[in-house]
Amino acid sequence: MKKILAMALVLCMMFAMCATASAADAKIKVGMVTDVGGVNDKSFNQLAWEGLQALDPDAFEVNYLESKTDADYQTNINTFIDEEYDLIITVGYMLADATREAAMDNPDQKFAIVDDSSCADLENVACLMFAQEECSYLVGLVAGSVTKSNTVGYVQGMVSDPMNLFGIGYITGVLEACPEATILQYNANNFGDIAGGNTAAKDMITKGADVIYHAAGGTGNGVMNACDEAGIYGIGVDKDQRVELGLECIITSAMKRVDVACQDISKAVKDDAFKGGVHLYNLANDGVGIAPTTDVVSAETLEKVEAAKKAIIAGEKTIPTSAADCPAFTLNG
Amino acid sequence: MTRKKSFLEVIAENRFIHILLSIFLGFLVGAVFLSIMGLSVSAAYGRLISSVTSLKGFSYVIVYSVPYIVAGLSVAFSFKTGVFNIGAEGQFVVGSMAAACVGILAGSLPKPILIPLCFLAAMAAGAVWGIIVGVLKTKWGINEVLSMIMFNWIAFYLSNFIAGIPAIKNDGTAEATKNISDNASLLFSKDFIKSMGLAPTANWGFLVAIVVTLIVWFVIEKTTLGYELKAVGANKFAAEYGGINVNRSILTALAISGALAGLAGALQLMGMGKRISIFSSQEGFGFAGIVVALIGCSNPFGVLVAGIFYGGLMYGGSKLNLEGVPTQLISVIVGTVVFFIAISVIFENLGRFSTHANRNAEAAADKTAHEQQQKEDEKK
Repeated sequence: MKKILAMALVLCMMFAMCATASAADAKIKVGMVTDVGGVNDKSFNQLAWEGLQALDPDAFEVNYLESKTDADYQTNINTFIDEEYDLIITVGYMLADATREAAMDNPDQKFAIVDDSSCADLENVACLMFAQEECSYLVGLVAGSVTKSNTVGYVQGMVSDPMNLFGIGYITGVLEACPEATILQYNANNFGDIAGGNTAAKDMITKGADVIYHAAGGTGNGVMNACDEAGIYGIGVDKDQRVELGLECIITSAMKRVDVACQDISKAVKDDAFKGGVHLYNLANDGVGIAPTTDVVSAETLEKVEAAKKAIIAGEKTIPTSAADCPAFTLNG
Repeated sequence: MTRKKSFLEVIAENRFIHILLSIFLGFLVGAVFLSIMGLSVSAAYGRLISSVTSLKGFSYVIVYSVPYIVAGLSVAFSFKTGVFNIGAEGQFVVGSMAAACVGILAGSLPKPILIPLCFLAAMAAGAVWGIIVGVLKTKWGINEVLSMIMFNWIAFYLSNFIAGIPAIKNDGTAEATKNISDNASLLFSKDFIKSMGLAPTANWGFLVAIVVTLIVWFVIEKTTLGYELKAVGANKFAAEYGGINVNRSILTALAISGALAGLAGALQLMGMGKRISIFSSQEGFGFAGIVVALIGCSNPFGVLVAGIFYGGLMYGGSKLNLEGVPTQLISVIVGTVVFFIAISVIFENLGRFSTHANRNAEAAADKTAHEQQQKEDEKK
C-alpha cells in the first residue's frame, strides 16, 4: 500500500517538474472565454477565435477556454486573470453577469464582451456591439427580390432584444423589396438544435416559402440543410456560410465581423489605446456586411442593395431597432 | 497447504487496486492519444497536476467536486439497493430548478430559514421525480432505465420552460433565471475568501457533502431500512420470502436516491451557479454521478474520494486549452477509466491465470518428484 502511494507521489513530482513555466516576454496575452456553444460552434465563438488566431503570432499570444456549463464562466475568467492575461474577451451576452462581476473585482484587468452593452458603464470593459439589423436588412432586400412565391421564411435562435434585431432588419428589408410578401417566422428557442431547425424549415417550405434566412447558430445549419434538400434558397448568417457549409443553395449571408472586432480590440490593447464602453460595428466601419452573392441575385437587385448600403452609411436611412417599429415582426411575445 | 500469494493474485483480489489500475490505464490511454496528436504529455499532465495542487486550485477542486459527490451518492445508493438510477440527471435538474424557484421567489427570508427551505424543495422535487419512475416500475413493471431516460428529457424541457417564466427569467438579456437571493447563497464571505486566497466560489457545500456522505453510510450500514433495501438489492425474491415488502423498498430507494440527486442540484446552484441557464444540451452532472459511483465502488466514502478526483479532473481539465491540449482529453481519460472498471473482471482473471499457472507448476514438480522416487525405487 505504502509503496503504491510513494510511487504515485513520485509520479506527481515528476509531472510537476516537467510543467515548465512559460517564458516571460513582451507578447500581449489575449484570452477568450466561450459560452456553452464551445469554440467549434460554426458561429460567433468560432468566428472570434478565428479572428484571434489570425493575429500576428509574434506580437500576440492567444488562448481560449471553453465553458461546459453556465457555472464555468466565472472560473474560466478567473483562470485568465490568474494567468495574468492582458485582455479577456468573453463571447456572448450569456457571460455578461460573470464579466461584470469579474470586472468590478479586478478594475485593472481589461475585458471585452461580444454582443452585450450592459457592462458599458465599466471603464475596463469594452462592449463589442454589432448593428445586426443593418446587414439583416440588406439580405432582407435580397430575399424580397428573389422570392417568386412571395413567401419567405425566418428562423431565430432565441427571443431577446439583441437577437430580435436580426428579424426586425430582415423583415423591414423583405417588405421594402416585396410589400405583399408573407413572412413565416419561427423561434427555435435553441442555438444548437439542428433537427429542430430542419423541421421548422421543412414546415415553412410546405407553406410555400422559397427563401429562408436564419439567425440561429447551430440550429440554422439544419435550416440550411432543409433548403438544400428542397432546392430552395437559403441565406446564412455571421460568416459567409456558402463557403463555411459548402451548400449551393445559400445565395448570400449577413456577415457579422466578430473576428475583426476581436482583432481591433486586441490591437488597441497592444497600442495602449484600449477604451471601455460601447464599440459599435456597423456598415460604415465594415463591422457588418453582406457576403458575396450568387448569380441568382440579379444585377438590378445588387444595385438596389448597394444603394441602400450607401444610404445607411450616409445616414439618410435608418433601420428600426425595436419591435414596436416593425409590426410585421411577430416573434416578440 | 498454504502458499504465499503471488503478486498477480494480490492485484486480482483487491478491488481498490482494480480502481487504481483503471485510473492508471485511463491516463496511459490519454497519453497515447496525446502522443498520436503530437502534443506534449508532460505539459498536459503537468498542467493538470499543477492547477489542482495550489491552495486556490485545490479549493476550486473541492467546489467542483460537491455536486459530483452528492450525485455520486445518489447513484451509489441506488446501486446498493438494486435499481439503476440513470435518472439522476433529471432529478438533479428538477432539484436545482426547485431550489432556484424558492431562492428567487422567497428571497427575502433570512438565511437560516431560506437555505434549508431550498434544500428541502430540491430534495422533494428530486424524490418526486424518482417516485414517479418507481410507481411506473412497481405498478406496471415498466423498466426503470427506459422511463428514467425519458424523464431526464422531461426535466430538461420543464427546466427550460420554468426558466422562461417572467417571474423567474433574468431581467437582463441572458437566457437564464434570475440570480438566487444572496440569502440562499452558500458562498463564504468575500473577505474570508480574499484573506485565505481561496477560489472566489469557495462555499459551504463541501461540508454538506461530507455530512450527507456520513448519513448515507449510516442509513445503508446501520439501520433496518438500509438492511431491507440491501436485501432487496441482493435478491428480491429472497427478500420477499423473508417478509420484506419489495415494492415499497424499491419506491423508498428511488425516493432517497432522487432526493440526493435533487440536493446535488441545489448545492451546485447555491454554491456555484447562482442561476440556471436555458439549456441547449444536458449538463451531465447526473451522468457524472454514475461515473463517480462506479469509481467509488458504490461505497459512500469511496464516492467522496472519487468525487474529489472527478472534480479535480474537471477543474484541471478546463485549463488544458492553455497548453494547446483539447479539453476532450478528460473525456477520453474518464471513458477509459469507466471502461476498465466495467471490465475489471479481467483483473480478477489475472489472478486466476496465475493461480492456474502455479498449480500447473506445482503439479509438474510433484510429478517429477514422484517419477524420481519411482526410479529410485526401481534401482533398489
